[in-house]
Amino acid sequence: MVGLKVLDRKLLRNLRGMAGQGLAIALVIAGGISLFLLMAGMTGSLSETRRTYYERYAFADIWAPVVRAPESLRADIRAIDGVRALETRVRDAALLDMPGMIEPATAEVISLPDHRAPRVNDVHLSEGRLPDPGHRSEVVVLDAFARAHSLAPGDEISATLRGRRVELEVVGVALSPEHVYAIAPGQLVPDDRLFAVLWMSRDALAHATDQDGAFNEAVIRLMPGASEDAVIDTLDRLLAPYGAPGAYGRDLQFSDVFLSSELNQLVTMSRILPPIFLFVAAFLVNVVISRIIAVEREQIGLLKAFGYSDLDVLTHYLKLVGVIGLVGLLLGSGLGIALGRWMAAQYAQYFHFPFLIFRADPTTFLLGALITLIAVLGGAAMAARSAFRLRPAVAMVPAPPADYSRAIGASISKLRLIDPQSRMVLRQLFRFPWRGGLTLLGVAASIMLLVSTLFFLDSMQVMIDTHFYQANRYDVAVSLVEPRERRAFHELARVPGALTAEPYRHVPVRLRHGPREETIALIGVPRDAMLSRTLNAENEPVEAPPGGLVLSADLAADLDVELGEQVEVETTQGRRMVRQLPVSAIITSYIGSVAQMELRALNRLLEEGAVVSGAYLVVDPAQNLALFEELKAAPGVAGVALHSLAAENFKAILDQSLGWSIFVYVLFSGMIALGVIYNSVRITFAERARELASLRVLGFKRGEVAYVLLGEIALLTLLALPVGCLGGIGLAFYLSEAMASDVYRLPFVIHISTFAAAIGVVVVIAIGSGLIVRRQIDRLNLVEVLKTRE
Amino acid sequence: MSSSPQSCFETRGLTKVYGEGDAAVHALRGVDLQIPEGELVVLLGPSGSGKSTLLNILGGLDSASGGSFRFRGEELSEANTSRLTHYRRNHVGFVFQFYNLMPSLTAEENVDLVTEIAPDPMPSLEALDLVGLAERSHHFPAQLSGGEQQRVAIARAIAKRPDVLLCDEPTGALDSATGIRVLRALLDANERTGSTTVIITHNAGVADMADRVLFFRDGDLHEERRNAQRVPPESLTW
Ligand SMILES: Nc1ncnc2c1ncn2[C@@H]1O[C@H](COP(=O)(O)OP(=O)(O)O)[C@@H](O)[C@H]1O
Ligand SMILES: [Mg+2]
Repeated sequence: MVGLKVLDRKLLRNLRGMAGQGLAIALVIAGGISLFLLMAGMTGSLSETRRTYYERYAFADIWAPVVRAPESLRADIRAIDGVRALETRVRDAALLDMPGMIEPATAEVISLPDHRAPRVNDVHLSEGRLPDPGHRSEVVVLDAFARAHSLAPGDEISATLRGRRVELEVVGVALSPEHVYAIAPGQLVPDDRLFAVLWMSRDALAHATDQDGAFNEAVIRLMPGASEDAVIDTLDRLLAPYGAPGAYGRDLQFSDVFLSSELNQLVTMSRILPPIFLFVAAFLVNVVISRIIAVEREQIGLLKAFGYSDLDVLTHYLKLVGVIGLVGLLLGSGLGIALGRWMAAQYAQYFHFPFLIFRADPTTFLLGALITLIAVLGGAAMAARSAFRLRPAVAMVPAPPADYSRAIGASISKLRLIDPQSRMVLRQLFRFPWRGGLTLLGVAASIMLLVSTLFFLDSMQVMIDTHFYQANRYDVAVSLVEPRERRAFHELARVPGALTAEPYRHVPVRLRHGPREETIALIGVPRDAMLSRTLNAENEPVEAPPGGLVLSADLAADLDVELGEQVEVETTQGRRMVRQLPVSAIITSYIGSVAQMELRALNRLLEEGAVVSGAYLVVDPAQNLALFEELKAAPGVAGVALHSLAAENFKAILDQSLGWSIFVYVLFSGMIALGVIYNSVRITFAERARELASLRVLGFKRGEVAYVLLGEIALLTLLALPVGCLGGIGLAFYLSEAMASDVYRLPFVIHISTFAAAIGVVVVIAIGSGLIVRRQIDRLNLVEVLKTRE
Repeated sequence: MSSSPQSCFETRGLTKVYGEGDAAVHALRGVDLQIPEGELVVLLGPSGSGKSTLLNILGGLDSASGGSFRFRGEELSEANTSRLTHYRRNHVGFVFQFYNLMPSLTAEENVDLVTEIAPDPMPSLEALDLVGLAERSHHFPAQLSGGEQQRVAIARAIAKRPDVLLCDEPTGALDSATGIRVLRALLDANERTGSTTVIITHNAGVADMADRVLFFRDGDLHEERRNAQRVPPESLTW
């Protein structure tokens, strides 16, 4: 230690003496910093990646689907004020029969302009080349799908497009900004095997779908500052005669909605979690430094008497916490980066970018360091003030015994019922209410985080159960290329393995109520439908008078409409008509929005006779092979949504990545409890070693002595349990509100087992900390402690 | 010659070694002594001579490295922790130089701590009365002077009617007037409860109030003296 100043040597010894506590604090700091880096870094990486990707590949601002519009309309669209770039294209659905997979894969087929790159929604070729307009069978395949099926340029794919079997040849593999989050219809989480995007030359696709000289979707990029709403309005008017269900912006573009909701979640969590950790760290630093200063009171007086300045003394203690802060910062940075990389890899499984690297930029690091500094120094400065103020003459005299006479708890001495040990516990609490209160809050914060984290699992479980097993109880939804008469349904009901079947009708509509307008598919289902049920929040079936509209609560809220009120329904395809319908029921839906009505009433409304768009099927899984063989070959079938598989995929994601994230959060929340409780018992032990030794000398047994010490933290922990659970309920409610999106809503449900688990974690930590200190009580050297003056 | 009373403490070849090898400190080097029941004994000797070490062993706070130590004929040198806790709880009262009161308990409650676990205690207020502090029973340690705190500590030690009362420099931190009050309290306790009392002190004058004076030097009993007559604390030359 040559070269070190004496004070620095003392600092090192101090640190060695409090290694356990210092580490516990450093861990809490590390928890806060790593979460901050993880979330801030991930938010930054994700939004920056998205921004450059969208920019470089000219991601659209507006999508305007139609049934069929003449190419000559281009000029009119191009002329709309605010349109920067326009691309017209053909977009259709196909079913793919992939070797080695029983289920049909669903494909979205999109045209690419001939002989040039798209001006809007360009693709990023990762392999091969673009289709040659001269060869109508050439396609480029979505990267994730190609990887899932080991497809490479030169491979062949059989597809059913518009009911016609076509053989396609893969010439390239690509990613696109429209398909960052790419999922098959009916799925919620990506299953790369099930969903493909195929890009074909405009000429080839138009030919295959009878769109020669026409388009069925316009995609538009806006000028900076242009009004999206205004452009959409103009577009809708312009395209109305061509069967336009309504143009929409990025807020309804599926992939972007998912990406945005993920970013929103990250931002929400990053506002809540790191600050809690850093507040707790500040508190712990304060408590520990206060304690050290109390112990070193006379040393401080001595140093000052020797001529060390107040500032020297202050800096000495700040250096001490500086070291703890630095350890926390370093640990947290390492952990944050490791977690960030892991999380980026998780994201890369679900969000497909040509590039996604987790990168916390220097500003994020600086900000993290700054926050640590503020938390740690803030906590220390409050404590060090007293050392700063201490006059040498005062410091040299031992501190008088703490005065308990004026504490509120003194009156408890009148209560003869309470034994002296319990009285010591209570008075200790009342004497230092701030410290006790903050300890309580620290433990409660840990429980709160545990409850609100585990709430996600409860909530998602209810979401899955309601959506997949209570409301929509089919395994497969089969959609027809065009609405067909009821006979088509009876054919579907007879496919191999079909146990139960229910028809449905699907009509794109615009719903209006006052100034509000929503675009949605109105679904007609039979009365007393068993496979697609309408439920209230208690999962009970909702009886709706026929002829009215059944809306999900989120949709009703968006339209600002209440039960019994009239809504204007405008159909946008086929025969266009406008009707007023009453809202006959409002139901609960956690995933997507629902607009339903009775099938026959809908058909009457549309004046099209008894037609269906498809069927929901419950199938015998043993016969899947035959079933899907038949569906893949059936000419009238446009799509097959694999509902039960979606449920399985969703559950798998809960178990895997979400399960892991939650494990990490639980670990971090536990770190708070550990930091607070362990430090608290250690400090109480240090402060009261003398009292405890006296009790031992008086003949108290070790257990009785431990009670005096641990009773306090036990009581605080006990009080913190309900506070933490209430806080957890509040935070969970806030999160369920803050994270709701058009895609899904988190039901506000917390199981008893969640509270039990949260309480269990904290109680185990409390008992563990208690046992460590209990061992120290057992080893307490009575003679040593008592022969010294405090 | 009166018949010799039954001995309360008896040690044979009692040794205590701290540390080992070169660093070993021989705090006690084979102490043989006998302390009769009910006597007031003063232990004198230079600093580091092993007085506290002996007292701690007699009080069951520490165990010896070798030799034998009997309390009323019962061998305690090999006793385990819970046996020693039991011994302290039922037989021993301690007074230290630093009073070691519970700051969160009033004077009376500090005494209650003991009366609640002792088999045959006196009422807490009676013990406080013995040390002249009955009026201050509701005061917290922070509200008492050093001498008063020490007297509360004595009240706490005697309230259980201990068989032995062990005091390690009880007046060490006090001025002479206060010290005399404290010694008076110890003497009264010895006379009223009949506890065998051992007092360590630096102050040779205090020896005159004892029945027996033990002089310690270099970890052993150097000299033993019997006083024909006990001088009351108030008449001691300080
Ligand atoms: N815990 C200990 N570790 C090492 N040495 C000790 C310890 N306690 C006492 N000693 C040594 O034992 C000797 C006797 O100490 P002590 O009994 O306290 O003396 P006295 O009370 O007469 O002043 C001294 O040399 C002291 O330094
Ligand atoms: Mg001593």
